[in-house]
Amino acid sequence: MFKKSRQFAIAVAASAACLAGAFSAPAQAADDQYFMLPDYRVGPYGANGQAFYGGFIDYLTYVNMKGGIDGVPVAWDECETEYNNAKGVECYERLKSKAKNFAAPIHTMSTGISYALVDKTAADKMPLAMMGYGLTMAVDGSVFPYAFPLVTTYQMQASAIIKFLKDKNGGSLAGKKIVFLYHDSAYGKEPIIALEAESRLNKFELVQIPVAHPGNEQGAQWQRIRQEKPDYVIMWGWGVMNMTALKTAQKMGFPRDKMIGSWWAGSEEDVIPAGDAAKGYMSATWNVSGTNVPLIADIEKTVYGAGKGNLSDKSKLGTILYNRGVSAAVLSVEAIRTAQAKYGKGKAMTGEQVRWGLENLNLTDARLKTLGATGLLPEVKTSCDNHEGSGKVKIQQWDGAKWVLVSDWIEGNKALIHPLFQADAKKYAKEKGITPRDCAAEAKKK
Amino acid sequence: MFYRETGQFKTTYAADQQIFPIRQDRIGILLLLAVAFVGIPLFASEYWFTAILVPFLIFALAALGLNILTGYAGQLSLGSAAFMAVGAYAAYNFQVRVEGMPVLVSFLLAGLTSAAVGILFGLPSLRIKGFYLAVATLAAQFFIVWCLTKFPYLSNDSSSGVISVPGVTILGFAFDTPRSNYLLVLSLVLLLALAAKNLVRSSTGRAWMAVRDMDVAAEVIGIRLMHTKLLAFAVSSFYCGVAGALYAFCYLGSVEPDGFSLDMSFKILFMIIVGGVGSILGSFLGAAFILLLPIFLDISLPAVASLLHLPFDNATVSHIQLMVFGALIMFFLVVEPHGLARLWQIAKEKLRLWPFPH
Repeated sequence: MFKKSRQFAIAVAASAACLAGAFSAPAQAADDQYFMLPDYRVGPYGANGQAFYGGFIDYLTYVNMKGGIDGVPVAWDECETEYNNAKGVECYERLKSKAKNFAAPIHTMSTGISYALVDKTAADKMPLAMMGYGLTMAVDGSVFPYAFPLVTTYQMQASAIIKFLKDKNGGSLAGKKIVFLYHDSAYGKEPIIALEAESRLNKFELVQIPVAHPGNEQGAQWQRIRQEKPDYVIMWGWGVMNMTALKTAQKMGFPRDKMIGSWWAGSEEDVIPAGDAAKGYMSATWNVSGTNVPLIADIEKTVYGAGKGNLSDKSKLGTILYNRGVSAAVLSVEAIRTAQAKYGKGKAMTGEQVRWGLENLNLTDARLKTLGATGLLPEVKTSCDNHEGSGKVKIQQWDGAKWVLVSDWIEGNKALIHPLFQADAKKYAKEKGITPRDCAAEAKKK
Repeated sequence: MFYRETGQFKTTYAADQQIFPIRQDRIGILLLLAVAFVGIPLFASEYWFTAILVPFLIFALAALGLNILTGYAGQLSLGSAAFMAVGAYAAYNFQVRVEGMPVLVSFLLAGLTSAAVGILFGLPSLRIKGFYLAVATLAAQFFIVWCLTKFPYLSNDSSSGVISVPGVTILGFAFDTPRSNYLLVLSLVLLLALAAKNLVRSSTGRAWMAVRDMDVAAEVIGIRLMHTKLLAFAVSSFYCGVAGALYAFCYLGSVEPDGFSLDMSFKILFMIIVGGVGSILGSFLGAAFILLLPIFLDISLPAVASLLHLPFDNATVSHIQLMVFGALIMFFLVVEPHGLARLWQIAKEKLRLWPFPH
């Protein structure tokens, strides 16, 4: 009987040890530059995540096959978040210990997870990148040293879309009516302040119509749009809401070439399911689709040629979201290069150093051309008081088979929009008791 | 032979009515508390604190709240996440709008606000029961989330509707490390769990159980139905509200209404079903099972896959994880429909006789 109990005790102890072992973070990697990837490949937005993170990982593989970042190899771990905030935080905490030495920018591709990580990453001194999503007021780097809403934000994008429409209408939108049809969530509501400011400035009438998540029934909304008879519909949709909007617009007889979507409403996943209802529909984007970008073609040749590609469904190669994933990885790697230029070439960079790299990034067209990434990104130049770095988008139109660019880079109205961020950031700093850095003084010191 | 109460005589009513009448239980719980308050803070890593222990405690509290309503008072509810949202947003508003408001008072007021909303949505329970009531509480789930999204005032005019809460400081001490944060949550959850345990042993708890078992009979023996049911809704929502406030302040730091979705309500419901309906311990066991098992599978499956040289990519692992998780829930429900708490009870009965079963 004692023997039995001892066996039992041993079994309990062993299983407890197993459990503890499984729960403790994985062992520290070597001196690689470490990317933590809280990504998602299942769940409601799994298809989008597969394309985006497929592109991201393929570029990292590509960098490694080309000898790393100035000789520093890149390592990464994925962790499935299912686009769920709590799981995202769990993933971050799990991979954090591995990333604590040489943290590369963290991309969550989820506004909610980014929000939850903003304070944590600042406390842990790890750079958080939010390319085209996330906490937009983090443009003000004086309050958010570790958060980077890179390339452009919802507000700047909305402003750029207004500018596009203005140019189309001979420079004035006075007296026009624009409907803003949005996903009723943090994502959809962010651009409202920008659009309200633009409507005051440009004297057009703005009608806001929310669509409840997930947006697969929009009869009432489009009925209202029909009554309002707007000149344009700007749509901030996500997932299933986009194709439903396109199909309903067709049914209600609203011309699709008067509809402009945000860049999350402008991928192949949004228009192909809508069939011919999507023809003529426009959306904002900062990267082109297709595999004729030299870098994408090279990735296809080098990485997929060697059988190391990440996509299981190779038809996603060269889609908007795939290319966007590549552009996110390019930007991260370039930030690390910038940091290396200051802190020592051929060394892995710490989170703090990468943060410096992200804040002093200067990605010119010439550099993009060297990388073969022309068309994947606008020029990006960041600073302490501008963590966005660009604010430019292009407008593309779906011709029924592919996306065609219909504009050059359009920059939003920075003088109008950036003060909104600063006001928000100031309020945030007050609520949280953060003392902002003095960007002007830091710039002078340099 | 180790777990036997032979020779433990109770000479006072107080001794007879204590929560843990058996000495071994008392020692066990003291050990557990020592581990929770001293052992874990000494040895656990930051990952354990922030990603496992704190969410576990918070969800255990929410499950406890639902267990009071569903397990003890027999009123099925699908609105737990919404009541958590009320708590989170109420605590945030009290904290941000009232200068110098102590955090603990905000939590308390958040609980009370949530209780008030709970009473409001508990009113239909006076006329409808069972599945119909579940549908009525479903209305709370959708209405509250809609309300928080609709009125910018509730999120202090945040342009996105997401609130980002200030840090927790009590009497000048900032709870900003994972360890202190854990201890704060642990203390609050423990206090509330103790209160709940005593509540369900009191006449209130007995009234709840009487209503649960047969409300007509309860009414005949003089229990006021309206009062009892609404009290259950209030207490349950209070617990969920405090859990929601802790969820926002001590766990995520920033929450949005959509985060408190129906999914989360279901998750809390599964916790009490798996853990044990009508059991305080069950709330904790259920929360541990539902929260920790997916994480455990998530970490161990890729390791197992690489050990066996299976060509799994991340997506496959996630799918397998969901399947295993679902299968395990079914397994437990088939083997022990009364939940993990009942298993524990059976184990105790067996231990009492062990090693001489006759």
